Amino acid sequence: MRYLPLSDADRQAMLARIGAASIDELFEGIPENVRMSGLPNLPLHAGEMDVERQLSKLAAKNLPASSLPFFVGCGAYKHHVPASVDHLIQRSEFLTSYTPYQPEIAQGTLQYLFEFQTQVALLTGMEVANASMYDGSTACGEAVLMAHRITRRSKAVLAGGLHPHYRAVVETLSRHSGHSVRALEPIPNGGSGEIIAGIDDETSCVVVQMPDYFGGLHDLTPIAAAAHERGALLIVAVTEVISLGALRSPGDMGADIVVAEGQSLGNGLNFGGPYVGLFATRAKYVRQMPGRICGETVDAAGRRGYVLTLSTREQHIRRERATSNICTNSGLCALAFTIHLSLLGEAGLRRLAELNHASAVGLADALSGIDGVELMTPEFFNEFTLRVPGNGAEIIERLAEKGVLGGVPVGRLEPDQPELHDLIIVAATEVTSEADIAAYRSALAEVLKHDR
Amino acid sequence: MTGKERSAPARQNESASPTYSGNRGLLIEEPLIFEVGDTATSGVDLPEAPEAASRLGKLARREPIGLPGLSEPEALRHYVRLSQKNYAIDLGLYPLGSCTMKHNPRANEKLARLPGFGDIHPLQPESTVQGALDLMAQLSAWLTELTGMAGVALSPKAGAHGELCGMTAIKAAHDDKGEQRSVVLVPESAHGTNPATAALLGYSVRTIAARDDGTVSVEAVKAALDADVAAIMLTNPNTCGLFERDIVEIAQAVHDAGAYFYCDGANFNAIVGKARPGDLGIDCMHINLHKTFSTPHGGGGPGSGPVVFSEVLIPYVPIPYLVRDGAMRRLVESEGAAEGRKPFGRLTAFHGQMGMFVRAMAYMLSHGADGMRQASEDAVLNANYIRASLRDVMSQPFGDQTCMHEVLFDDHFLEGTGVTTLDFAKALIDEGFHPMTVYFPLVAHGAMLVEPTESESKASLDQFIGVLRDLAKAAKGGDQDRFKRAPQLAPRQRLDETRAARQPVLRWSAVEPAEAAE
Repeated sequence: MRYLPLSDADRQAMLARIGAASIDELFEGIPENVRMSGLPNLPLHAGEMDVERQLSKLAAKNLPASSLPFFVGCGAYKHHVPASVDHLIQRSEFLTSYTPYQPEIAQGTLQYLFEFQTQVALLTGMEVANASMYDGSTACGEAVLMAHRITRRSKAVLAGGLHPHYRAVVETLSRHSGHSVRALEPIPNGGSGEIIAGIDDETSCVVVQMPDYFGGLHDLTPIAAAAHERGALLIVAVTEVISLGALRSPGDMGADIVVAEGQSLGNGLNFGGPYVGLFATRAKYVRQMPGRICGETVDAAGRRGYVLTLSTREQHIRRERATSNICTNSGLCALAFTIHLSLLGEAGLRRLAELNHASAVGLADALSGIDGVELMTPEFFNEFTLRVPGNGAEIIERLAEKGVLGGVPVGRLEPDQPELHDLIIVAATEVTSEADIAAYRSALAEVLKHDR
Repeated sequence: MTGKERSAPARQNESASPTYSGNRGLLIEEPLIFEVGDTATSGVDLPEAPEAASRLGKLARREPIGLPGLSEPEALRHYVRLSQKNYAIDLGLYPLGSCTMKHNPRANEKLARLPGFGDIHPLQPESTVQGALDLMAQLSAWLTELTGMAGVALSPKAGAHGELCGMTAIKAAHDDKGEQRSVVLVPESAHGTNPATAALLGYSVRTIAARDDGTVSVEAVKAALDADVAAIMLTNPNTCGLFERDIVEIAQAVHDAGAYFYCDGANFNAIVGKARPGDLGIDCMHINLHKTFSTPHGGGGPGSGPVVFSEVLIPYVPIPYLVRDGAMRRLVESEGAAEGRKPFGRLTAFHGQMGMFVRAMAYMLSHGADGMRQASEDAVLNANYIRASLRDVMSQPFGDQTCMHEVLFDDHFLEGTGVTTLDFAKALIDEGFHPMTVYFPLVAHGAMLVEPTESESKASLDQFIGVLRDLAKAAKGGDQDRFKRAPQLAPRQRLDETRAARQPVLRWSAVEPAEAAE
């Protein structure tokens, strides 16, 4: 077996040193009646070529985003990632290292985490950030728990524009940890009035997504003011991090905690994971933050260096009194994020954001010109919602048959809201070409014409 | 930091380096991106955006961000130089106990990047991702066969997330029966994530002491069980590297008390193909794909923590879960959608760590049933070889007994030398090895937990053993200097962790370090 270096002669010599007659003797600690005698009922080992054939066959059954006009977003986005990003993250010293618990021989990981934290703080307009979370949705769940700890209250208000999966993650955590949640009705282009009306003196936090999951934009300052007046925190969730290159930052609008899905920078679609959660907050709340944090210090010779710090918040020190049970972060995806963002820089990020917006504007104009199609989100970044004459899921399926992946039907995310089932959420990015837009327009027109 | 003006790299402390640059041969000092880049530079050439009327309204960004950019060659150098300051499995033995730093095959990386896996969207129509769902079904089938369990939840993103998944299912099962139970039993040797997970769900933790040999006795469990106990969380093999020999009786006692048995599967790699958790009476167990099934640790993640369940907990498994619908596979994504199911909710957006599923599946197919069993055997053989080669010079807290995939030493052998476990570990760095896990588990004084994994050759183990024997001799011989000053040969000497925590500097700042307040 190519991954196992020991020879039979090695094994015999090692057993002799141990003083065991056979390998089975080493497994005698397992009670005999539950020790397996035969092999598991699975195929035997296979060579690299064979494994490649088997898995390539499965991969070939899927339709990759880059193979056709592609407009699916809603929390994960198709962007172009420079080749050097994927090359660098596959360097052995990054790929095959562990959490940097021995800082003297992990300065590479620690320094990029320090840089990552700074970039995330700058992007979100916050003072501090951690070294990453599993993804945006779990970061959102943790942010709500953190707000409960800070305010010593236990009721969260979720805006209707929060991604339904994020909403479900928060509801699940809350339901089973004794907290309560008030989730507002999802309405495309909904205003902030209902959110503000939902805040009371027991509210620990308001969670608002920006852009919201329909793609719509909101000025968060009135919500922040209303929350702060009642002693509640404003949590802002961002699922498209490129938008921060074009939009006012959540910190600028009064956010207390910002969580984001960082997939768009450096990371592929990967059918939903692995991704990278961003988590940023105000400096005064840092000791209530979940997850690993990297900090600057000096070594015994006085040289600048980095370590994981403030770990008395964490489970391996604090056990049942930890701020979170989280252990793993999303290190390698955070590395991809920080490399991509370092390559872009401010100038590149702003231009990338402009390109995304321009693509979406072109697409929205093209599609909303079709008879019976209505644009529901007048202000948007790179994603918007259309009302279509018919069932959105069926239309998306018909478009797929015509070789266009046209977006996400709201019905898939909100099966219990039939009044939203004629909505589809459509995204465009810098990879969207004019030909893609033309293909979508004609496919949609054809599908709708056929339906009449 | 605006425009083209770039500040000079941070000056090095001259006493620490014999060179003008601060560099030492191949070890090159590297400033922060904020010190070398600037906001006008970009390493990505993008076209200008076409003229279009903005739809951003009043929300267009006005303020600058302050993000530095690097040209592509500068970026390559920056990250390659950083990489050279890291230890890695590909550089040498990485004996972190409980972490399972085994070889990460590159074929798995290649396969995860096939466009059919890496470039598909979690919300594109299911008809266009049948191959991905097939792979998830195949992975589920292999995991349930290897564990002897009834079903699996694939979505948890890491081990601790898997614990949350399993324990929430247990809570939902009690709730469903109308039972209010408030206590979870956790042995003192457990990972910190176990009590933290229990606490997250509102449980209080009742700690169970280990007996003299480092395992948990059925008597201790019975003594702690009552009608208020919801579950036990037990790691098997445990964090002392021992198989819990009373485990079947413990499961029986736990079930008799109306509680459930959660197993922390972090150490499943010791027993794959040798014993099945389903045969032990376990109700649910997370599997760290990044440990047992070799998906790369990546400097701290991403992980993946699927949870296998016994029949009694299947109804509570979270969404999404896979079903077959004629010739098609589908994901059930909403809670009330299926007969007999009462999912406890959703743990994450989308469907889990697909990229890790592909890698783990490639690993399993490569090893096959025979190779996976051989891997477990070699892992256990390697750990016992280290034990047998060091038992005369290092001390073991529970006596010299056969271990599973990792061997636990304590600091008894260092008594009177002035050398601590930490010093001993740091001295290993100068010898070119990553230290073992130190001060965990808490049941051993000054613990040193060594897990070599099956990826090490005999020659590699012999060198490691030689180093440890030499270090033990040096410590006992009074050569304190070798330990107290260690490491001397790494990119950095010991770092001041107290300063980092007392005066936190958590980001670069153009003016003054951002001071974090309480």
